[in-house]
Amino acid sequence: MSAAREVIIEARGLQKHYQLGSETVRALRGVDLVIARNEYVAIMGPSGSGKSTFMNLIGCLDSPTGGEYILNGHPVAGMSDDELARVRNREIGFVFQTFNLLPRSTALENVELPLVYAGVGKHERRERAAAALRAVELADRMDHRPNELSGGQRQRVAIARALVNTPSIILADEPTGNLDSRTSEEIMSLFARLHRQGQTIIMVTHEQDIAAHAERVVTLRDGAIHSDRRQAPTPARPATALAGA
Amino acid sequence: MARRNRAGMQLGEAVRVSLKMIRVNKLRAFFTVLGTVMGVTFLIAVITLITGMDSYMKEDFAGKVYGFNSVMLRRRPSVTMTDDAEQWREWHRRQNLTFEDARWLEERMETPGILSINSDRGGKVDGPGGRTLEGVNVSGASASYFTSRDTGVEAGRVFSEQEAERGVPVVVIGKDVADKLFEERSPLGRTVRVEGFPYRVIGILEKQGSLFGMSMDNVVIAPAKSRVNGFVNPHNVVDEITFKVADASLVPRAMAELEGWMRIRHRLRPGEANDFELETASESLAFWNRIATYLMLALPLLVGISLVVGAVVIMNIMLVAVTERTREIGLRKSLGARRRDILAQFMIEAGTLSGAGGLLGIGLGIGLAAVVSAVSPLPARVSPLSIALSILLGVGVGLVAGVYPAWRASRLDPIEALRSE
Repeated sequence: MSAAREVIIEARGLQKHYQLGSETVRALRGVDLVIARNEYVAIMGPSGSGKSTFMNLIGCLDSPTGGEYILNGHPVAGMSDDELARVRNREIGFVFQTFNLLPRSTALENVELPLVYAGVGKHERRERAAAALRAVELADRMDHRPNELSGGQRQRVAIARALVNTPSIILADEPTGNLDSRTSEEIMSLFARLHRQGQTIIMVTHEQDIAAHAERVVTLRDGAIHSDRRQAPTPARPATALAGA
Repeated sequence: MARRNRAGMQLGEAVRVSLKMIRVNKLRAFFTVLGTVMGVTFLIAVITLITGMDSYMKEDFAGKVYGFNSVMLRRRPSVTMTDDAEQWREWHRRQNLTFEDARWLEERMETPGILSINSDRGGKVDGPGGRTLEGVNVSGASASYFTSRDTGVEAGRVFSEQEAERGVPVVVIGKDVADKLFEERSPLGRTVRVEGFPYRVIGILEKQGSLFGMSMDNVVIAPAKSRVNGFVNPHNVVDEITFKVADASLVPRAMAELEGWMRIRHRLRPGEANDFELETASESLAFWNRIATYLMLALPLLVGISLVVGAVVIMNIMLVAVTERTREIGLRKSLGARRRDILAQFMIEAGTLSGAGGLLGIGLGIGLAAVVSAVSPLPARVSPLSIALSILLGVGVGLVAGVYPAWRASRLDPIEALRSE
């Protein structure tokens, strides 16, 4: 059934080699992966599996040494730094483990940031950022600074920031790594809702019960795909999930 | 259009962010731009003092020394910096000006005006009770000298035309001389000895103030033809003949006429150089202008050193800031900031910071100039041009200093940057 859906991410023989002194580290040894629109994928793997490298390539923060990567129709391999910046701005919404909000800016200003780099006018910026904050149920916290918000609220601001440019994919890197279980469930149910609304979500995690919320789990090992399986996602319900944990 | 819009937003955003940073960390911001502050303070203070000095020279000094709207006839220039021996020999060969020259000119001048004569020399004045003053400016003048200089008396009277002509031994004394020789008592009607010759005090000059810290009130003025004539000058000789006209527009005419009469008087042939000097206030100002030019030429060096030091400090602090904010830079890049966006952000931050330092320096510089002029005879006047220049320099130093740190920031690898703590 996913074959009929529009392809968002297409990686073919993706390789990434690093030169560490005289030694070549082959972090990715040829990864093939296709992700369609509105998929909810968890990428797992132990440390050193190439998980982070893979995420950096998908997030256009890095260019592959070999292979092909097409993101929403843009062939990314071989792009210049500025072109990559543009693709990141338009196609990807990052959600980080440590939220990465600007501490001296309000929630609204933080959410506006991608629009600043997209060249959106001030008025429209305000409106769209406010709409994104409403979408994550933070309408009443727009003028708060990060230190006035709880961890879960900060991550929701970060998600609003990821959403504000209507990207092709949300790329979340251990989005619940700094949150307690209850708040993690709150964030997971937010992701589930965004997924239901048609958002494509790729989530890198090493936590089994977080990955359980995805409908597809890709496991990397030694720079290659070890397994790629579909599953029935666990519905995010804070109370029961907490009991299960 | 879209690009310009984007750049515009970047500028506003970056200026806002850096102002916020200055507010959050005032002390650090202050030390960062200390060099800029010092350079600009110095620039403003010096220019303010030079400008003040300039207007003082033009409005005050020229009036005190030459009198307004006056042409001064002398044997030699009153101010000179030359050490050319040949020039000095030529000056010494010139004929002296005499009382007869003054009278001869007065009879012939057609330009309306007042002709006065004056000669002076530092001398000794004895008062009652053995009080003696050395280094008093002893002046032999015509009665018209007082009108010519707009100088009045605060008590008594000035000497008359007749007294001056007959060389009656009366004297008008300056405020300082009166205070020192007579203290609380009135000097009027009493006798002072000017270089040993007894003179009756008939007037006390209005307070004249000082010129470059030198009192203009340490003076006695006696009729030119009285006994002082032998002291201040060889007998019958006059230092300067001044012709004062009612209006500045008459100065060139008076000058041309004086020159013509003097050439006739000295029987100079066409083509022969003048053997006398005609000076106006504006000519002596040329001398000051040269000094001001030297000062202005030295200024860039002094200010430049401060600003270079300032730029180095800003560059270092900005490099620290880039390191501290590596994660922020990584984040901005992940959200779509291009290299030039990051570059612009940090350069604008440096420019804003340094520009703010420049504004502070302008304030301090004006303050410093005010203090200097309060405790010294140097006057101060703020020049708008120097303020514009300071703002420009302040922002410019920041931009120059910011280039390298901003470039470093723009080159950061977003992955590394995001991973940094």
